[in-house]
Amino acid sequence: MLQEHAKLVQFISMADGVTGRKKLQKMIYIAKKMDFPFQEKYELHIYGPYSEELTLRIEELCEMGFLAENCEDKGSYVQYSYRVTGEGRDFIGDADEVPDTLGDCIGRMKERSSRFLELVSTLLYFDHLPREEQIAKVHIVKNKLNYTDAEMDEAFDFIGDLSACIRQ
Amino acid sequence: MMDYARQKLSEEKVFKDPVHRYIHVRDQVIWDLIATREFQRLRRIHQLGTTYLVFHGAEHSRFNHSLGVYEIVRRIIDDSFSGRPQWNDSERLVTLCAALLHDLGHGPFSHAFEKVFDLDHELFTQKILLGDTEVNAVLRRVSEDFPRKVADVIGKTYPDKLVVSLISSQIDADRMDYLQRDAYFTGVSYGHFDMERILRVMRPSEEQAVIKQSGMHAVEDYIMSRYQMYWQVYFHPVSRSAEVILVKILQRAKVLSEEGYTFKQEPVHFKSFFDKTYDLTDYIALDEYILMTYFEAWIREEDEILSDLCDRFVNRRLFQYIDFNPAKEYRKLGELDALFRKAGIDPDYYLVVDSSSDLPYDFYRPGEEEERLPIHLLMRDGELRELSRESDIVDAISGKRRTDHKLYFPEDMLREGKKKKVLRQQILSILNT
Repeated sequence: MLQEHAKLVQFISMADGVTGRKKLQKMIYIAKKMDFPFQEKYELHIYGPYSEELTLRIEELCEMGFLAENCEDKGSYVQYSYRVTGEGRDFIGDADEVPDTLGDCIGRMKERSSRFLELVSTLLYFDHLPREEQIAKVHIVKNKLNYTDAEMDEAFDFIGDLSACIRQ
Repeated sequence: MMDYARQKLSEEKVFKDPVHRYIHVRDQVIWDLIATREFQRLRRIHQLGTTYLVFHGAEHSRFNHSLGVYEIVRRIIDDSFSGRPQWNDSERLVTLCAALLHDLGHGPFSHAFEKVFDLDHELFTQKILLGDTEVNAVLRRVSEDFPRKVADVIGKTYPDKLVVSLISSQIDADRMDYLQRDAYFTGVSYGHFDMERILRVMRPSEEQAVIKQSGMHAVEDYIMSRYQMYWQVYFHPVSRSAEVILVKILQRAKVLSEEGYTFKQEPVHFKSFFDKTYDLTDYIALDEYILMTYFEAWIREEDEILSDLCDRFVNRRLFQYIDFNPAKEYRKLGELDALFRKAGIDPDYYLVVDSSSDLPYDFYRPGEEEERLPIHLLMRDGELRELSRESDIVDAISGKRRTDHKLYFPEDMLREGKKKKVLRQQILSILNT
């Protein structure tokens, strides 16, 4: 019961909070693509992979009091951040163990920018294609973000490192 | 010999349609695609899944809807866009094909089937377009790269965003057809809006189709129709009850197969999905007729849970439901889970929380909120304005998500069970029924 909710609270707890809805969306997507058992269904929206189910569950977890949402006015936009509450820690007390590698994966993602994770997640969305085609797709989908070749290389290296650390 | 892409039928063909009156086909390619086995398969998949168990008229199929989306896009292109400088008429055929084929990968009772077997119908649409199929053979007659172009439009990765927006945006042909069609077949009075007006005021622009300012009220009506259809039809709690049971049937069959249970009716069509070895042929071979045949046969299985769930689905003995607030009642859920086990009723199959949520309209907020292309109004001076900035009605519901949670359970089993009556009574009193 509510196991999928518990997994999200565990994730945010291991990350010691996550700043940015977009960043959270991309982190969960990347973790899912690394075969961690998140069930949220993602679709390619106009600007990249996005899960309505994840948005809904996070909202529910806030309503339940297991997550606290903080909203900060950044002038041209509002930034949301999430942390686990005391009740949330109780809630995940009996939840299933998570693999150690998830912590490592989260740590690596958290230190990266939302823009970079957006690139990584979009590349992963097209990971059934050859590298050149993946890059071409990103340029089409995210034509306004103007990712450079260096950023593309860095994103592929990041995906390689992440996969390697999880296989260890 | 005439280029296949431009080839027209010697005489226009029409399909009678209760929503659009007629669906007009002149292009040979479109006619040939409709005749393929993969497209014909859509006749055997309900457009609204289990909704026919609530609204008995909702027997229409994804075949009907796909033709409807094609017809709307054809009218937008031929009647509203053609000849305007922002529209590139060389995109006409790829757009029509994408409209016709956008739902090709839907499986039987798609939502439940995808959930249990972790599948994605959009991925199967791509596979059917690009794989060894009759659809692919027709598309390749246009050109070698044409199947890929159609797949890119449906996959939202086609370079011409205007083309993508006709099939997939907050005001697209897909929604305009399903709202009207689903309203017609369910018999509800919601879902109707002035599509003729919207089509007349739709204009091409660089990134998406936009609506002339004078059409704003028709768009407001469309958004409100969508809002009402979601809550009155798509999220109807009784049809969700049927879907809950459907999911549990598939889960039970999978568990039994993994445990080595000997089925009287072997789940031949499901085997490759249970062990994740399925291929495109396995997927295309499935439709709702086949699933229903299994469900009917499984009523006579030895396994009581599978037999009971199939009986419930086939004979419409659905689960009862109550409103459930996860924030306030999640402890109650744990308590019920334990009591169900004590009473000998497996809560994994008979106690289910189901949530529905909808966001009727949203606009893009830079930096944060994901990621919908807003509806833009074309003002008299040529400026584009986001809809909710002009419309008070749309502004009032923009970005506002509505959510509903229900807790489903077999009330009849709890009332009529002969064993552990006290426990069952205790459960019923917690459930307040």
